[in-house]
Amino acid sequence: MEDIGNLLHGFSVALTLPNLGYMLIGITLGVLIGVLPGLGGANGVAILLPLTFTMATQPGGTVSAIIMLSCIYWGALFGGAITSILFNIPGEPWSVATTFDGHPMAQQGKAAQALTAAFTSSFVGALFAVVLITFLAPWLAKFALKFGPAEFFGVQLLTFCSFVGMSKEPPAKTIASMMLGFALAAVGMDSVTGQLRMTYGQPELLKGFDFLIAVIGLFGIGEILLTMEEGLAFKGQSARISPAVVWQTWREIFRHWKTFLRSTLIGCWMGITPGGATPASFMSYGMARRFADDPASFGKGNVQGVIAPETAAHAAGTAALLPMLTLGIPGSPTAAVLLGGLLIWGLQPGPMLFVEQKDFVWGLIASMYLGNLVGLIVVLTTVPWWAAILRIPFSVVAPVIIVVCAIGAYTVHSAMFDVWMMLVFGVVGYLFKKLRYPLAPLVLALVLGDMAEASFRQALIGSQGSLSVFWANWLVRGLVVLSLVLLLSPCWGLLKRSLRAAGAGGKHGGNGEPPLKAAH
Amino acid sequence: MSNDSPDTSPDVGTRWPELIVSAALMGVGALVITDSLRVGNGWSEDGPQSGYFPFFIGLLLLGASGVVFLRQLWRFRRHNPAFAQAHQLRLVGLVLAPLSVYVLLISLLGIYLASFSLIAHFMLVHGRYKVWQTLAMATAMPLACYGVFERWFHVLLPGSPALETLLDPSLDLQPNLVRAALVLSLCWLAKDLHGRYR
Repeated sequence: MEDIGNLLHGFSVALTLPNLGYMLIGITLGVLIGVLPGLGGANGVAILLPLTFTMATQPGGTVSAIIMLSCIYWGALFGGAITSILFNIPGEPWSVATTFDGHPMAQQGKAAQALTAAFTSSFVGALFAVVLITFLAPWLAKFALKFGPAEFFGVQLLTFCSFVGMSKEPPAKTIASMMLGFALAAVGMDSVTGQLRMTYGQPELLKGFDFLIAVIGLFGIGEILLTMEEGLAFKGQSARISPAVVWQTWREIFRHWKTFLRSTLIGCWMGITPGGATPASFMSYGMARRFADDPASFGKGNVQGVIAPETAAHAAGTAALLPMLTLGIPGSPTAAVLLGGLLIWGLQPGPMLFVEQKDFVWGLIASMYLGNLVGLIVVLTTVPWWAAILRIPFSVVAPVIIVVCAIGAYTVHSAMFDVWMMLVFGVVGYLFKKLRYPLAPLVLALVLGDMAEASFRQALIGSQGSLSVFWANWLVRGLVVLSLVLLLSPCWGLLKRSLRAAGAGGKHGGNGEPPLKAAH
Repeated sequence: MSNDSPDTSPDVGTRWPELIVSAALMGVGALVITDSLRVGNGWSEDGPQSGYFPFFIGLLLLGASGVVFLRQLWRFRRHNPAFAQAHQLRLVGLVLAPLSVYVLLISLLGIYLASFSLIAHFMLVHGRYKVWQTLAMATAMPLACYGVFERWFHVLLPGSPALETLLDPSLDLQPNLVRAALVLSLCWLAKDLHGRYR
């Protein structure tokens, strides 16, 4: 078992005192980020990324850097549950579904049980996803070593098409948001020909738009503006978790092992295909209710309504790192920020990482096991303090978050222009959220834009400009067909609805869109 | 979502925001297409030209936002769900305006004095804190940032040209602009204090 050996080696890398320290710092900062409105996994990691710039230049520093950043991510995943259950405010989009049953439980005086259930489910979901990564990632990386530019473009196409297919938002808006990301990614110098694109003579635009700035603006400032809309009063329950409650809750919740299993599978699937943690949590909640003996008790404080979304969200959040590490294609905005970190530290994500940077990869995977365990212990023991932080009035928290966002935006390139861009992206983020344009495709397109374009062009250069290169072998063909199926899957729903309408009420038509046929 | 708010200020519909945003996106799409045509969207002897890929991106952006735009026009009267309530937009403005002033102040005064002003403004106006509490918090936060970023992790922040000019007049960093900005931020806080004690 080569993988087990590698994993043990990874533990020896991750289990040093400084790395454990960074783990603890990361988890604590992460929970703080998850608890505070306006700071989330993606922009929290983006803001703290500059802290690792000097860290990563030291020998072995990249491992410490990724451990700290990924632990911030785990911490944020844990932290989102605290605000959902105690305050009915989802600190993160993926913990919205946790409020449905978590907050009623807290109102019934079962806050400690709800929190224990949420944290434990998060841990279980993440653990399964890490096991999946441990055994699937080396295999996938080995497989991906055979990929040419056409295959890589196929995978990227699949990523973006699945966004359109799986998004709850209108497809036209998903595409518009994604294309805006691609357009912003193209600004600046074309890396192949050296020509300047869309700079219009502005020197600031030469280096293009950095997605870290976009993430800080869209998710950070945009979220502050949204929170402000709801007014500034937070009213919540308090909670203290005693070992007896933990023990009793554990005995109770593991009777729902079917819910755990189902939610983990949903989460892993949605994380690897870039559905992300948020749809995974909603889907898993819906499935849990559908398969429950007593669906009516959901929404009134059923513990399964806490287990399902938390397990799925954490599994998805963790599994999103699998395509990031093996293919260089992130499954979520936060994974995209981590990928950006890798690029800045001079590491090339993708299959070669598993060959050239064994210490880094296996250190990271081992730290996922440890980080989630540390996270579980930290949140179980420190819940009252986090709840206290939420009682700090928004009039103090909001300007502090704005300051932190501004510092984060500035430090990426030490450029004032970026702080202005953060403001612009903040307004765009607010408008997009209100008008139901999804933000994740924008960020991912901004990250992957250059890569997708490069593999597209390389593939075309190889084939002398013939598009048939995307149909050349069974692998590319499969990827392209799967992409098109996902892309056109919203049309299937429309078609079915219009057929049903036609059957029920004569000629009525759907939304006026002609039923599209699959192109192949 | 906003319907159950006890405050019954009038709703602002999504109609115009929807039209404006999709029109702006169409504009971006048109910009991308014209620029792609400028750098060339065809095939040169060594491969696709720089505009080859962005050209299609621009087309798709124009198309997708065009669909949103036309659909809204098509249902101009019928489709107008609430965007936000008027008082909610006012609250958003109450964050957005100081935020813009803050970014301007950073460019003139550096992050420390600007952050001091921003925190003090929020705490005085929205939090109704006592002046000493405000001063303590507004001083502590920039100091903490200095400690964590510049000292601990060696990340440089946009320093305070104003402070540096005051401490070392020979530096002479855009003195008039900096002085103007200092006056601006002082007026801002004086106004907040005035409102506080009225």
